[in-house]
Amino acid sequence: MNDSTILETRELQKTFGGLVAVDSVSMKVQAHTLHTIIGPNGAGKTTFFNLLSGNIRPTGGKVLYKGEDITHMPAHRRAHAGIGRSFQITNVFPNLTVLENVRLAAQAVGHDNFKFWEHYRRFGEYEARAQAILSQVGLAAQAAMPARSLPHGGKRKLELGILLASDPALLLLDEPTAGMAREEIPMLMEVIRSVKETGRKTIILVEHKMDLVMNVSDRISVMHQGRLLAEGAPLEIAANPTVQKAYLGDLYGDLTEVK
Amino acid sequence: MEETLPISAQSAARRWLSAWWPYLLVLAFLVLFPLLAGVTIGDPTVAQEGTGSLGNLMLRAESGAAKFWQGMIIQILIFAIFAMSYDLLLGYSGILSFGHAMFFGTGGYAIAILIGRNFDWPFGLALAAVIVIALVQSLVFGVLSLRVKGVYLAMVTLAFAEMFYILAEAGDFRVYTGADDGLHGFPVPAYLSATDHRTRFYYLTLVFFVAVFLIIKRLVDSPTGKVMVASRENENRATMIGFNTFWYKLTAFVAAGVFAALAGALSALYKVSVTPSMLSLGRTIDALAMTIIGGLGTLVGPVLGATIIQLLGYWLERWFGPSWTLIYGIIFMLIVIFLPYGIVGTLRVRSFRLKEGWKQLQQTLAGK
Repeated sequence: MNDSTILETRELQKTFGGLVAVDSVSMKVQAHTLHTIIGPNGAGKTTFFNLLSGNIRPTGGKVLYKGEDITHMPAHRRAHAGIGRSFQITNVFPNLTVLENVRLAAQAVGHDNFKFWEHYRRFGEYEARAQAILSQVGLAAQAAMPARSLPHGGKRKLELGILLASDPALLLLDEPTAGMAREEIPMLMEVIRSVKETGRKTIILVEHKMDLVMNVSDRISVMHQGRLLAEGAPLEIAANPTVQKAYLGDLYGDLTEVK
Repeated sequence: MEETLPISAQSAARRWLSAWWPYLLVLAFLVLFPLLAGVTIGDPTVAQEGTGSLGNLMLRAESGAAKFWQGMIIQILIFAIFAMSYDLLLGYSGILSFGHAMFFGTGGYAIAILIGRNFDWPFGLALAAVIVIALVQSLVFGVLSLRVKGVYLAMVTLAFAEMFYILAEAGDFRVYTGADDGLHGFPVPAYLSATDHRTRFYYLTLVFFVAVFLIIKRLVDSPTGKVMVASRENENRATMIGFNTFWYKLTAFVAAGVFAALAGALSALYKVSVTPSMLSLGRTIDALAMTIIGGLGTLVGPVLGATIIQLLGYWLERWFGPSWTLIYGIIFMLIVIFLPYGIVGTLRVRSFRLKEGWKQLQQTLAGK
């Protein structure tokens, strides 16, 4: 099983001043699975994510990707290595068209970025890929719109589209449904499920709505106050009394004994 | 089958023409201007017998008001090159530099010093050296200043430019730079003299202008240019999809530096003088104002901005005397308030909204 580990953290730690946001988290993620990290607000999920994507540097511990130490690799190099992330706060190019947002991401993984003497239209494959992805996430009709005029749900879909266009082996999705209208959520979860079912990608999903991820996840890790509280198959996690307590807010203080 | 080919070629040509006709129109005007000016406002008394009608036309173009207005357009084109290079930085890549005059001035000083009595280099070699110097200078200062962003970058570039300003003014290098007097009357090759061959210099400037315009246009339409725009819009996101934005910004910085140096060299050759003011903050502000008035990130905007500021400066000074800058300031404020995206930018936003509105109207009508 060990060789199918795509991502591993060893006692990963991040402190902000006196606050320990991520407290020696060791986690293994198997390739081609959907691994969900849940936990109440402030559990350190997003910080943990930022450490994985390289947006921030850890104060201790290691991150290994395909067995290689990437702890000090900058974010753009990780993107090239196959780690792509989406953001909880919508983070698109607001004044560019929806199509251009996705096209740029497709271009980023190609080898034509410094061909400054050629018109970008000569590289039609990126635009074609972008169009295909827009259909996949249900934004084909909005392709020519500036991204800022998309409704919130549309921006979340665009966020996922940008990520898919860069064709990462490992997708880090930070609350992809955050702030979406309820009726739009199933559509997005369906896209995520379809990506997983291609069997070529590993997805790490952060979510705090537990019910949403129960039937798509292969494995669930629960974070609480910066630590890893529990890990297991969805049903195990649902039945775990410690997890239930954490979600109900009953749990305070020292966690070493339950861990 | 055989017939479809010419038709598609024809439609391609038509599409090309429909996209480019405004540019072609302006180019045609600029190409014909010396002749038109010669006929209309040239001095008819300069005509000589035995030179033929075309020869006489050339003579008239080099005389009186025709010569003056060619000079005006030469200066407009030089400033347009400078402003376009600034637009590549600020408008396309989102780099707010307060030190762009550093390249303009260095270009001017480099050509003046190299063809001057200290070095006496041949003109072609000196011009090539200007480009090399600008390349090295913009690489070094680009690497140094692009480590920071926003206001900090503005301050760092300002400091670098001031450094060059102080160097140019310093008495220690008077032999080379002429210190605070600058350099005047350095030996510009006779065949390029703007006094004796105004029309020739006019076409030289026009060729440089068109070349720089086309190069920048191609650059911003290339995959590289698209990343520059992406890093302007949301640099953090551009990094996250895998672009090392530093290299794209450096590309913009170097290209802008070289074009600004070219503009500076042309200006030095035209005026046959360089002064420390070429390196001053005021010169950078000129480029900034031209770009903002015309429209950031439009390329046509800075050209229009350079035209407006140059002509406005000329007329306002004639009408209002020394207090013309006050009127100029008021006009500038009005433009910024009422045309927040500049003239070209605001027009584009308007036409985009009109098209969108028209589409929506059609859709609602079709829906009913």
